[in-house]
Amino acid sequence: MRYMLLIYGEETQPDGASGDGGDSPEISPPWMEYTTWLLDQGIHSGGERLATSGSATTVRVRDGNRLITDGPYAETKEALGGYYIIECENLDGALEAAARCPAAAGGSIEIRPIIGMPVPETVRADRTAG
Amino acid sequence: MTTSRPGPNEAAEAIERAFHEAYGSVLATLIRFLGGDFDAAEEALADAFATALETWPRDGIPAVPAAWLTTAARNRALDRIRRDRRQAEKLVLLEREQAGREVTTMQLGTEGGIDDDRLRLIFTCCHPALPLDARVALTLRTLGGLTTPEIARAFLLPEATLAQRLVRAKRKIREARIPYRVPLGEELPARLDSVLATLYLVFNEGYLASGGEAAVRHELCAEAIRLATLVADLMAERPEAHGLLALLLLQDSRHDARLAADGSIALLEDQDRAMWDGAEIRRGLEALDRGFDAAARPSHASVGRYLLQASIAAEHARTIDGRPTDWRAIATLYEALARIDPSPVVELNRAVALSLAEGPEAGLHLLDGLAARGELAEYHLLPAARADMLRRVGRFPEAAVEYRRALSLADNDAERRFLRRRLAEIAG
Repeated sequence: MRYMLLIYGEETQPDGASGDGGDSPEISPPWMEYTTWLLDQGIHSGGERLATSGSATTVRVRDGNRLITDGPYAETKEALGGYYIIECENLDGALEAAARCPAAAGGSIEIRPIIGMPVPETVRADRTAG
Repeated sequence: MTTSRPGPNEAAEAIERAFHEAYGSVLATLIRFLGGDFDAAEEALADAFATALETWPRDGIPAVPAAWLTTAARNRALDRIRRDRRQAEKLVLLEREQAGREVTTMQLGTEGGIDDDRLRLIFTCCHPALPLDARVALTLRTLGGLTTPEIARAFLLPEATLAQRLVRAKRKIREARIPYRVPLGEELPARLDSVLATLYLVFNEGYLASGGEAAVRHELCAEAIRLATLVADLMAERPEAHGLLALLLLQDSRHDARLAADGSIALLEDQDRAMWDGAEIRRGLEALDRGFDAAARPSHASVGRYLLQASIAAEHARTIDGRPTDWRAIATLYEALARIDPSPVVELNRAVALSLAEGPEAGLHLLDGLAARGELAEYHLLPAARADMLRRVGRFPEAAVEYRRALSLADNDAERRFLRRRLAEIAG
């Protein structure tokens, strides 16, 4: 079963979700260690860090019109800073992995089961052919 | 396996009895067999009961109804899965597992296996990933075998609300894949706490609720005690499991004595000891001893809040033989409780115990501190306790103000009657 760990934290906080010094490409040791742990456990199946929410743009289409606004509607101090995708047998396994995430202390980790979305066969065939 | 042909009502009664006694354990076994699929298990069990209604009057009542129901429900579930082609893969897995571990009638008849299934199911139903109200509803529905209308009545909720709560909880178990297992190691203490808190809530809903039908509410208390007994038996090394069981038994032992003849709350010291259930008190005190024995073992050194609360209840229970209440011991226990689980309510209780051990002034001193911090501002028992202490030191006008405040906050009829009576006493 795949789960997505959505990582929320205060963006100003050095060890927060997207933390470790804002948008710098460096990864701080705790995050490096955590990613290594996920890999060692054989449950890491993906993950990315996101640029801070100041860089976010939201688009909605209403009555055929494109409405573009700056940022998300963030009412709380915690912002989505990144995600991991992990492969665990059940929720208890995912909880164990999420609790070890550096952002769990101070921020929060939302755990969502991934239902998946298979790519239609025809599209896949075209892509491989091209 | 079966007795001779039963009388017309006998079979119906046996089915009714099997429903109340065996529903939870049979369902627990089926859920394991079906890899955690609650809905399929419930459907299959409903089918099995329907089959029983047809066959038991004709063929006789099985010797072990729970085993018969499990086998019948399992076969119905397998039929269903076979019919459903999309589930083909699952069937292969299930049959492979079956080959390795054939469930025989004998095995089903033994307590061990079934109880282990029930324990797993308790941990699933009380998983902290589910909202508390859903844990309560699910525990009563799946383990207690209470029907949805019965639970709705006990909680004074519309049936549709409760049904929806159950559907949502089961969907979350399925979609998030909440496991069907007893947690191990580090996880266990917190998860056991979630189970105990759920059972305590079920009990309190039955014990304290002001509305609803008395019979249904008492069923909640009985069910909480049944499940707490199971958890304490199967997790005998956990002190808090015994602590909760002791607490529930000791509280329940005073069930019949709680209300005075006029329907108002009878204070512990005024209760008729003859109405206390001596046998239940004995069972409670035994559970308490087992809890402290378990806590004395080096691996589980901690005495938790349930053991302490049960110890307090035990101090009261010991007055069944007419000896005076040891308020000093109770105040000390509340102090210990405040250390591990500090809360304004514990502080309030400590103040009451102190006022009875050392005099009302000691209690008032603590209550003034609570009031100054603005805690429990909406809780009627704070002014009620202050009123009582003020009355005892003869400060009647201040006591009257507090009784009126308590009256304006209390929403339980029995408690309001008690407060009015006291107010009348000091006014007259």
